[in-house]
Amino acid sequence: MLKSLTVFAGVLTAALALPHGAKAADPDPRNWDAVLAEAKGQTVYFNAWGGSENINSYIDWAGETLKQRYGVEVVHVKLDDTANAVAKVLAEKAAGKDEGGSVDLIWINGENFASMKRQQLLMAPDWTTGLPNWAYVDHENKPTILTDFTIPTDGLESPWGGAKMVFFHDSARTPADSVPHSSAELLQWTQENPGRFSYPQPPDFIGSSFLKQVLIETIADKSKLGQPVTEASFAEDAAPLFAYLDKMHPNLWRGGKAYPQNYPDMKQKLADGELDIIFAFNPSEASAGIAAGELPDTVRSFTYSDGTLGNTHFVAIPYNAAAKAGALVLANFLISPEAQARKQDPSIWGDPTVLSMDKLSAEDRAAFEALDLGVATLKPDELGPALDEPHPDWMEHIEGEWLRRYGAAN
Amino acid sequence: MTGGVRLARLAPPLTLAILLGPLAFGLTGTALPALGYLPELGGESFTTAHFTALGEVPGITRSAVLSILIGLMTTLVALGAVAAFVASDLGSSGFVRMRRMISPLLSVPHAAAAFGLAFLIAPSGMLMRLVSPWLTGLDRPPDLLIVNDPWALSMMAGLIVKEIPFLFLVTLAALPQTRHVETMRLGRSLGYGRIASFTILLWPPLYRQIRLAVFAVVAYATSVVDVALILGPHLPATLPVRLIDWMNDPDLETRFLASAGAVLQLGVTLTALIAWIGLERIGAYMVGRARNCGHRMQRDRVVRAAARLVMIASAAIVFGGIALLALWSVSGLWQFPDALPANFSLRSWMQALPRMSGPLFTTLAVAGLSTLIALVLTILCLEREYETGRGRGGGALLLIYLPLIVPQISFMFGLQVLSIWLGVDASFSALVLAHLVFVLPYVFLSLSDPWRAHDRRHDLIAAGLGMSRARTLMRIRLPMLTRAILTAAAVGFSVSVGQYLPTVLIGAGRLTTVTTEAVALAAGGNRRVIGVYAFMQTLLPFLAFSIATGLPGLLFRKRRGLQV
Amino acid sequence: MTVDSMTDNQGLRLDRVHICLGDRVLVTLDAKVRRGETLTVMGPSGSGKSTLLAYLGGFLDPAFTASGRISVDGVELNRLEAEKRHAGILFQDPLLFPHLSVGDNIAIAIPEDVKGRKQRRLVAEAALADAGLAEFGDRDPDTLSGGQKARVALQRVLVSRPRLLLLDEPFSKLDANLRDQTRQLVFDRARRAGLPVVLVTHDEEDARAAGGQVHKVGQP
Repeated sequence: MLKSLTVFAGVLTAALALPHGAKAADPDPRNWDAVLAEAKGQTVYFNAWGGSENINSYIDWAGETLKQRYGVEVVHVKLDDTANAVAKVLAEKAAGKDEGGSVDLIWINGENFASMKRQQLLMAPDWTTGLPNWAYVDHENKPTILTDFTIPTDGLESPWGGAKMVFFHDSARTPADSVPHSSAELLQWTQENPGRFSYPQPPDFIGSSFLKQVLIETIADKSKLGQPVTEASFAEDAAPLFAYLDKMHPNLWRGGKAYPQNYPDMKQKLADGELDIIFAFNPSEASAGIAAGELPDTVRSFTYSDGTLGNTHFVAIPYNAAAKAGALVLANFLISPEAQARKQDPSIWGDPTVLSMDKLSAEDRAAFEALDLGVATLKPDELGPALDEPHPDWMEHIEGEWLRRYGAAN
Repeated sequence: MTGGVRLARLAPPLTLAILLGPLAFGLTGTALPALGYLPELGGESFTTAHFTALGEVPGITRSAVLSILIGLMTTLVALGAVAAFVASDLGSSGFVRMRRMISPLLSVPHAAAAFGLAFLIAPSGMLMRLVSPWLTGLDRPPDLLIVNDPWALSMMAGLIVKEIPFLFLVTLAALPQTRHVETMRLGRSLGYGRIASFTILLWPPLYRQIRLAVFAVVAYATSVVDVALILGPHLPATLPVRLIDWMNDPDLETRFLASAGAVLQLGVTLTALIAWIGLERIGAYMVGRARNCGHRMQRDRVVRAAARLVMIASAAIVFGGIALLALWSVSGLWQFPDALPANFSLRSWMQALPRMSGPLFTTLAVAGLSTLIALVLTILCLEREYETGRGRGGGALLLIYLPLIVPQISFMFGLQVLSIWLGVDASFSALVLAHLVFVLPYVFLSLSDPWRAHDRRHDLIAAGLGMSRARTLMRIRLPMLTRAILTAAAVGFSVSVGQYLPTVLIGAGRLTTVTTEAVALAAGGNRRVIGVYAFMQTLLPFLAFSIATGLPGLLFRKRRGLQV
Repeated sequence: MTVDSMTDNQGLRLDRVHICLGDRVLVTLDAKVRRGETLTVMGPSGSGKSTLLAYLGGFLDPAFTASGRISVDGVELNRLEAEKRHAGILFQDPLLFPHLSVGDNIAIAIPEDVKGRKQRRLVAEAALADAGLAEFGDRDPDTLSGGQKARVALQRVLVSRPRLLLLDEPFSKLDANLRDQTRQLVFDRARRAGLPVVLVTHDEEDARAAGGQVHKVGQP
């Protein structure tokens, strides 16, 4: 668990450090050979959420490959919460540490990206579009690659994978035709099946996303979600959401007096039959779970007819990173067809790709097509529309309000 | 006696410095930000604003009160169980069997025992699976809030099963100083039943001996973090868990809130201790009344059977939990209500072991080093005590117990600030020192009784033969005390392996141990991975205790005089 | 060793030795013990006679206050630490070191000026042979009989070349037969080595066998 102690450390040690002189120029991805030469021998501290063993294994593999091919060492700094890494860079900036920062690459999106961009903590200008493998990225058809939670990415973060909220159920216990296909249907479903559904306790990311999904479906004026929150009208805007929750909570698992802690917790409960419906952001989660022996092979996916949240997740380089060239090499490798195909394999991770099949060579395309996405994964055309993420401001407010209302539920 | 081992002269002041220094610095480092003083974050002046903010946190009163109640209830039940068992079975064969189980029970870290309990009693846990569906008719886990229940009952259970062996151990250590055989015989010849004899005649002097250990249990139960994370209530959580959340909040402003909370935690523990002293008075009064009315209480068979049952159950829960952890670690798909996994697989182990090597190494290195230092200091201190004939007072004992009574979280936070300020955070030596603060008292407590009980005449003979004090120490005393030393080492080692908070705060995420990884994974709910880490976490102290038990037998196999 | 001609300095001298516990005076005596001779200190249990041995050996409990000069062959022992006094002591129990073999028990007492393992082993073996325990060098001390243990304990203390011998009721745990034999052995060896002996006992027989001065303690 990386504690915000390191943030604190940054503040205190940097407070004792002296400001530096002019900084060196950032490596230019367009001159890729120079980047490779500079990267050789560097160590990239890749700050990424460490809560899933599958993902950790994948990152280890990427690091090994990078070491073998380019002589770049990758250290996976396992985060509990991406906000900690953001705060670390912020603290370093506040103390004038503009070079040799302790974070080289961050796995990031949404409100954290918005925060870093706003406070000018990212390496700029646009470096993403200069990466050699950018040529394969499907930015035309996946708008969330260019706009992250309504904030333009401006090439400051490189896409890594896709996400779409998908629901899962065990077809052996819950017949496929009885599952809900909208938030309203879900509410009704919980009334008919009390104690069989829940969501992770905010501020867990998945739990918060569930709240966002309901918010999108219940808010009176959807266009407000593309803008920051208006303090004056927030209570009114969020009223339908909290009315929904007030009605739902008594019928939740444990009567809403306790919540699962995160997605892996929900996964275990689906396997045990404590929960009948769970959800995740990775459409291949069910297949990955089955492949790992954590879920029975009768688990299937479903989604809402009017769409569920969809977004892209990225990697970004802080402005003061110590190993910028190495970070560029890693970011580029992560969007290579080889790495993306391996990532999409449910037996490894199952995370959707950001690449466009049309832009790939026949060989690479075949590698993707050969992937067995698993019987539990919905095909891309079955996933339904992707709803845009609201402005990050909404998330903060919703989480705060949730904690205020339900944080001391007993 | 003048002269003696020169090095021993340094030991007592050094030991005191290690026990009290971090405590003092840590408390200061916590109190200052609580009062608003933390220049690096812009806190330049003293203010009570943070305490006000603390008061406004939703559910804070409930968290605090809950922590106090947990402290009192846990200790009451554990102490009662131990007292009842000792009263019932002193001298019987069941007693001897229970004695032998103490070491393995003690070696199970708190977090692992908590995990084991969770796997047992959860609605989807083993107990439910054993009786479903044939007895209960359920093919799905019932929707019962057992683990993480709001009144912390499962958390208390998890603490009780671990505190019972600890209190049993200290009681056993104190028994030889009372003349229990004669006293029990006397009581029973006067017509009192066993339990009555014990309570009226033996318990008061016995309790006085173990009082400080009981205080340590109260304090621990009010401020424990890892067991609360695993078994404790979530909405709201107990006070220590909320403090950890605030300390980890990326928003640095909450540091002040966390410090204020840590001061509150001190108050909570203090309140619990004072309440406990009140309970002592009540208990003493009740014993006095029982004595005065001369009630013989001869028909105590039911109570005695119950006491035996409770002890056996608590041991069974711990061992059963560990077995369950091991089973989960090698299981494939295992759905409710199956009593056994559908298939077995080593996947979890294969995945985890390579990633565990770093934390495992850190665990072993820190535990080994801190135990070694603690042993050396303890031996030198005891040697100094022997040479000067001083140092055995109750005051010294209180000083040793102090790091165990002050809530870890209240002074570790200040230590964290200090270590960053000195630039040694995430450094190996700082981590060893942080562990040493807690390992040292346990090693001292474990070794001092056997050391002092050792027949002094051997030393006198050696002196008469012209052997210097140092030579006597090395060639006579230490070899003769091998078993006690190895046991103390095993105790220290286990204490270090089980430490959670110091590693998390001082290790700063760079240095992790098997225990911190296990607790981090707890939230993930993946029982297989938890099984692997928790089992590993238990294996290490168990190995240490096995060595402590088996090695002397091996070393001294030709020496009947040292066989036990 | 031969007994030298008597001079004033030879043997153990106790000058105005007073041992008190608070206000109570336990032991007070002046004595001269020639080499090879024994001073027997007699008294009932609890009379504090063992405190005299403790004072002589240098390990008197700080609860007692003691004064008086102790010297052996002119060397003043008062200011020396226990391990420098070379006041060999035998207790009621033989207290052989349980982790060492019988031979090593003896060898550990050999002074440092005997160097080399072989040399030291020879000395230990000779000592064992002198006690009639020649083949016992490698034995576990716990396997010896009470009498054998007592003999090993005696040889152990003798091999360390003590200045004087302190005996704390060393015969009381032996049965009657053994007691006689052991008494003979101890006093014989002490005489042979020219050691002044202080014997503390409550047994009249011991005093008679010792044949030296007797000082009674704890009488009104």
